[in-house]
Amino acid sequence: MNLDLIFPEIFLSLAIMFLLMVGVFKKKSERLVYNLSTTTLIILLALVINLFSINEILIFNQSYKIDTLSTFMKSITIISAIFVMISSFTYIKTLDILKIEYPILILSAILGMMVMISSNDLIVFYLGLELQSLALYVLASFNRDNILSSESGLKYFVLSALSSGLLLYGCSLIYGFSGSTNFTFISSLTSNIENGVIFGLVFIIVGLAFKISAVPFHMWAPDVYQGSPTSVTLFFAALPKVAALTVFIRFLYIPFVNLIDNWQTIIVFISISSMIFGAVAAIGQSNLKRLIAYSSIGHMGYALAGLASGTNQGVQSSVTYISIYLVMTLAFFSCLFMMRKKNIFYEKIEDLSGLSSNHPILSICLLIVLFSLAGIPPLAGFFAKFYIFMAVIEQSMYFLAIVGLLSTVVAAFYYLRLIKIIYFDKPKESFEKDHRIGLKVTLAISTGILLLYFIYPGFLNDLVSRIVLI
Amino acid sequence: MFEIGLGHYLTLGAIIFTIGLVGIFLNRKNVIVLLMSIELILLAVNINLVSFSIFINDLSGQIFTLFILTVAAAEAAIGLAIIVVYFRNAGTIKVEDIEKLKG
Repeated sequence: MNLDLIFPEIFLSLAIMFLLMVGVFKKKSERLVYNLSTTTLIILLALVINLFSINEILIFNQSYKIDTLSTFMKSITIISAIFVMISSFTYIKTLDILKIEYPILILSAILGMMVMISSNDLIVFYLGLELQSLALYVLASFNRDNILSSESGLKYFVLSALSSGLLLYGCSLIYGFSGSTNFTFISSLTSNIENGVIFGLVFIIVGLAFKISAVPFHMWAPDVYQGSPTSVTLFFAALPKVAALTVFIRFLYIPFVNLIDNWQTIIVFISISSMIFGAVAAIGQSNLKRLIAYSSIGHMGYALAGLASGTNQGVQSSVTYISIYLVMTLAFFSCLFMMRKKNIFYEKIEDLSGLSSNHPILSICLLIVLFSLAGIPPLAGFFAKFYIFMAVIEQSMYFLAIVGLLSTVVAAFYYLRLIKIIYFDKPKESFEKDHRIGLKVTLAISTGILLLYFIYPGFLNDLVSRIVLI
Repeated sequence: MFEIGLGHYLTLGAIIFTIGLVGIFLNRKNVIVLLMSIELILLAVNINLVSFSIFINDLSGQIFTLFILTVAAAEAAIGLAIIVVYFRNAGTIKVEDIEKLKG
């Protein structure tokens, strides 16, 4: 038994229990618990990066897998969690939701994601998924005196529990028709394919598409994004998608790689409809959080397009895409956190009007982020889309590539409209300018990465190219 | 004599699963009913897993069922808590009244 391979997970669970004890027994310890949680995440990052040298090891009866994919995905999850924590402190303090439970729930959600990312067994996967979801239900309704927040929590709970149910039904069918819950074992059995397994696969794809909010299972995303506190929205927009996408990769490329003819069409359909819907539906929105929800639906479409290609290159391009998407999300939400005036945070598009005359630096950052989201060279968002299209065209899936390109053009419209509002509309009263150092650092680092990625793309590409599944 | 086989159990599971799904989408009255429908879906999965586990002679299906039961209990607790929070703010838990977030 190799316990040191799951030392990060053990450390995190112990830290969660310790922090709960601190929070319960020490009065007024909210700030302390918050800072300790951030420290925990930093130590955790070091522990996870330590595992980068391991190529592939299965532990606990082959139900838990440590490989380059899991280590990479865990690292980017934890890095973005650190930035989520340090950038959103002022927000949660102003909204008066700085309670000890808040950071602890975030930590438990991350523990769930880590288990999900490493799972190589249906039971382990389900437990990780539920640990993550249960923490997220509470986080969505954390601002409990606000009707919007509690409504978004309720909606997220009902739809997410439904999707878990669908996913479980799929798991039960796969277990029954293949005879095992272990991914490695399932993959060796599905050479003679039964219909039950394909049914199960479809149910699982539906459940996972729900979790990453891909069309046609996206309906919860805009409401939940708009209603939850912005710090939680940032968390929703970034982290669960990484975990769910990893599970998507694992499911499609380990147990069901022989069924590629069956799942490829489904993934292509989901991907195309997400790209189109994300581009078209965002046009009429007036709330920035709602807009970013539709934009994230579109981005998930691109990430899935890479998966649909069925090659190593496709998986690597998806992983690159999700990493750059994380940076863009962090940068965009840091800009949102800066739109504060007399303890009220503004989130409407018209609040951006004429931002450039009072806040030149913030406007430049927002400009870079929006251009990057739209995929304009030489920013990082362009390269992310470029790798995806390369992988897709290599497999001669031209239709997918063309639809992707066209929806990029449509999506560019609403990003450019925001830029027009920022730079050419009538200025409004200026926002406050004193921000905590954490928020400034987050915005500076993420915008810097987006802007300078093209100088040295090799760093990310080298790391990602070590992920080899087939 | 009439023999009860795997197919019958699976049909029972599928019927309960469908009742749960339909309950979620057709229900316009009460959020509690949604909670019951979710519970029904999970029970259908349990029936499936246990019957599979017996018919293929493998224990891990029953272990899976135990985990699902535990998680379902936790989920119901959190769901009820969220419903209480919502009721305090809105004064109602009718499904058709949950429409503050729209766009």
